[in-house]
Amino acid sequence: MNKTVNQKAWFLVLPVLLLVAFSAVIPLMTVVNYSVQDTFGQNQFFWAGLEWFEEMLDSDRMWTALGRQLMFSGIILAIEVPLGIFVALNMPKSGFWSSFCLVLMSLPLLIPWNVVGTIWQIFGRVDIGLLGHTLDALGISYNYTQDTIAAWATIVVMDVWHWTSLVALLAFAGLKSIPDAYYQAAKIDQASRWAVFRFIELPKMAGVLMIAILLRFMDSFMIYTEPFVVTGGGPGNATTLLSIDLVKMALGQFDLGPAAAFSLMYFLVILLISWVFYTVMTTIDAKEG
Amino acid sequence: MAKITLDNLAHSYLSNPTGEDDFALKELNHVWTDGEAYALLGSSGCGKSTLLNIISGLLHPSQGRILFDDKDVTQATTAARNIAQVFQFPVVYDTMTVRDNLAFPLRNRGEDPGYIAERVQKIAQMIGMEDVLNRRARGLTADAKQKISLGRGMVREDVNALLFDEPLTVIDPHMKWELRTQLKSLHHEFGHTMIYVTHDQTEALTFADKVVVMYDGRVVQIGTPQELFERPEHTFVGYFIGSPGMNVIPAEISGTQAVVNGTALTLQQNYGAPTGNVALGVRPEFVSLTKGNGLPVKVRRVEDVGRNKIVRADLFGKEINIVSPEGQEISPDMNHITFAPDHVNVYVNDWRQQGAVA
Repeated sequence: MNKTVNQKAWFLVLPVLLLVAFSAVIPLMTVVNYSVQDTFGQNQFFWAGLEWFEEMLDSDRMWTALGRQLMFSGIILAIEVPLGIFVALNMPKSGFWSSFCLVLMSLPLLIPWNVVGTIWQIFGRVDIGLLGHTLDALGISYNYTQDTIAAWATIVVMDVWHWTSLVALLAFAGLKSIPDAYYQAAKIDQASRWAVFRFIELPKMAGVLMIAILLRFMDSFMIYTEPFVVTGGGPGNATTLLSIDLVKMALGQFDLGPAAAFSLMYFLVILLISWVFYTVMTTIDAKEG
Repeated sequence: MAKITLDNLAHSYLSNPTGEDDFALKELNHVWTDGEAYALLGSSGCGKSTLLNIISGLLHPSQGRILFDDKDVTQATTAARNIAQVFQFPVVYDTMTVRDNLAFPLRNRGEDPGYIAERVQKIAQMIGMEDVLNRRARGLTADAKQKISLGRGMVREDVNALLFDEPLTVIDPHMKWELRTQLKSLHHEFGHTMIYVTHDQTEALTFADKVVVMYDGRVVQIGTPQELFERPEHTFVGYFIGSPGMNVIPAEISGTQAVVNGTALTLQQNYGAPTGNVALGVRPEFVSLTKGNGLPVKVRRVEDVGRNKIVRADLFGKEINIVSPEGQEISPDMNHITFAPDHVNVYVNDWRQQGAVA
């Protein structure tokens, strides 16, 4: 069959093109623009080529921040995913208490980032915070403004508090979609609780869990507000994650060139990891099919 | 293998049932004979699956007892009852291979690996899946998955009973026939007690030695396919089994005489003087069109279905179906019907009445 050719159809995608251009492409291009130029003020720019990229790749500063960032994302994923599954498995499946739990679980998700940061910043203070004061009274040395371990523990626990619900809700949705017959068949087959989890629940949750992991990875890799409010990247640079470092560089030091190069690489790293992750998961999926 | 006794059994999904209407399964006493194949037949929502789940132990009844060979198992778990059950929709363990799926119930019971391998091979042969044993179960079609479920149900030899909850719903018609035949031969070979839930009368009648017909939470008749056909105990049985179903004709009865809208008929037995909702039940196969004898009808339609013709007619404003044998001419002057006297049943408030010898 011959398809009708009508080049005017291109005009139909124009609005979307414009929208995307203004919302994404143009802002991104200004960053690209900064990353290849240098300025000495007075709005005068000089071509710098790939110098900033080279400088950033050579600097310890970016690599250590990246290391911290990977550690942070790794820790919170290692806690939130199993914990979320555990919570979902133990939630009531129906009735009033099920809805009650769902509402309760969604509450942390509704709180704005900097409010979460402020809550924990105050909560953990030794002088007036419930948590800090209690720990102090119990004789446990805890001071997130001076102690690296305490600072890390605080931002990790804060993130777990804020986002485990998301994993739990997604896992719960996955669990709810399993027909009763599966559990009944498992009973008839005399499957153990572990076997039910391993062979029924986990496979049925795999799809939503993949989404949960991807979302949590991307989000935690870009995290800024909460740790910034609580620790400001300190003590020293102990909790200076990538985005905190980036803001320091761009707005604190006004090093626009290196910061732009930094953000482009940051963006590419997230894109790359997410892509690898997604591809691996979908190939495993396809292979099993 | 065991005899299964239901003693005074009833079940309600409500925690505080008040009237009979609250019961999904009304009081029931029945013995399922060891080694027989039963079909549980009824329309959707009549309590078939409830009864099945009570027998398998997935559901505990609100009242009454279940005995396996005179041992009370009412509160026993499914595992303790050692029962196999196959569900309406295929249940397979997606991430396992077909082989592992079939071996799963045996492995969970700690059977010897050699024995497991042998059983799995045998079952795979029976369901025709030997060549896909090493495939993952996930990508298979619905009927392949259901065959795995059936296989998993049959893999254990020592089960007390095999229960099927409309297992062939998702399977292709030609495959349905084949699997049903296999189930039947399996039954002959091993002699398991089998209970097969279905709403398809053909399936029930071909599979079972005895058919249990349920209606509105109650067992209305248990019998061989022939008994169900010739002597339906309840108008529902008459209507549900047979195609088209039994004709129910309101009548007034006294002794051996029935009066349908002013026309008298003689019955073979004496029914006394029943009151209530009295009716005659006659299967379309036992109604014949005549030229002037019997009750007057107006023929509306004749449907030729191949082996015979179905005549749809009007009897005093109510539809009546007549099955007329192949080769019989139907002429416009055939405007009366007669009933084969042996096959006229009398119903009072939907239940069949036993008459006295006239």
